[in-house]
Amino acid sequence: MIRILLVVFLRDVTLARRIGGGGVLGLVFFLSLVTVVPFAIGPDLRLLSRIGPAILWIAALLASLLGLDRLFQADHEDGSLDQMLLSPTPLELIVLVKCMAHWFVTGLPLVLLSPLFGLMLDLDGSALWAVAATLLVGTPTFTFLGAIGAALTVTLRRGGLLLSILVVPLAVPVLIFGVSAAQSGTAPVLTPFLVLCALGLASIALAPIAAAAALRGAGE
Amino acid sequence: MDITQRCHLLIEDLSVARGERVVLGGVYLQLGSSQLAEVTGPNGVGKSTLLRAIAGFLPLGSGRMSLVESEAMDSAPLAERLHYVGHLDGLKSALTARENLEIGLGILGRGRLTPLDALERLELAHVLDLPVGYLSAGQRRRVALARLLVADRPLWLLDEPLTALDRHARALLKTIVADHLGSGGLMLAATHEPLGLPGTIQVRLGAR
Repeated sequence: MIRILLVVFLRDVTLARRIGGGGVLGLVFFLSLVTVVPFAIGPDLRLLSRIGPAILWIAALLASLLGLDRLFQADHEDGSLDQMLLSPTPLELIVLVKCMAHWFVTGLPLVLLSPLFGLMLDLDGSALWAVAATLLVGTPTFTFLGAIGAALTVTLRRGGLLLSILVVPLAVPVLIFGVSAAQSGTAPVLTPFLVLCALGLASIALAPIAAAAALRGAGE
Repeated sequence: MDITQRCHLLIEDLSVARGERVVLGGVYLQLGSSQLAEVTGPNGVGKSTLLRAIAGFLPLGSGRMSLVESEAMDSAPLAERLHYVGHLDGLKSALTARENLEIGLGILGRGRLTPLDALERLELAHVLDLPVGYLSAGQRRRVALARLLVADRPLWLLDEPLTALDRHARALLKTIVADHLGSGGLMLAATHEPLGLPGTIQVRLGAR
């Protein structure tokens, strides 16, 4: 069973690498948002560094939503999903692995580059690490929550819009705790960070079950 | 090819509903080892629906299905013991034929032939390392059919297997099917053009 899951993981990573798009698109979006915000806010460095973590988090949320609509749709359109339904491995685990692969190519680069982008928002050292650490927990949570939306909209041609409407409300608690954990200098940071981790673990445990149920129901 | 044991497929009173509308009802079918059934009928009568329902992709309105193996060791669900090749071939255009078949094997399990050997059976070994997106419709279909040989499963469900195949490829498919039946396999095909194998059971849908 582990072998099957490894095959699915490598397949999705290879496909993302060959087709391109997804991961790079998210990064460019992330970068452009972070670049544009200082221009909109004006030359107030104190303000910028205070809202910097929030901006990075919003950018990460929106960038995560970008490629999600193709998570299952591509496999649905070419019949690969049918083959996965015939696998001896439960669909829930395949969904879990597909989400992990998706995060690996889209979410992880965001996390790794977020300290660099944080510099553009005048964050200091500890804040940079706080943002990177919270995003490391937060971006997989976005991916897993988004997988529910992606599975529900798998048969829709233009599912991206509906996906955002479905997923953003679910992502709000993650955003709240993520930003409050990243805001160093305010109240104790550990508590919101632990809540963030709890939300992440809950989404990893529950979202694949919900997404697999939606995919089975999609039928045709 | 002795993994396929003697088994038979039993379908009783199968019906499929989409919303309120019954699109397929009251199907009975019994298929034994080494038997081929061809489902025929006019367009839109539910041939593909029947195959997809047996594969477990559609929720059943009513009815029961089972694939009974005489050496009742293997009680895996029906979906894990069948192959389905439909209109959508399940191949990734960006991956090569070899990668596609290896993934097919990885996902379905229980390997039989290597991707190279399987493609050789379909006289397509020269495209092994070409991305499937470069292939013609008939070649793509042959790669999809090669998946049947890569993973070993007793029941084959083929939806219009002859589409896009030339005369020579049809003959190849016929020998492959004959071999599969010869080793005790079962096959159910929805088709407008009969494969022309002896002993084929005709299932006519329609006339409701």
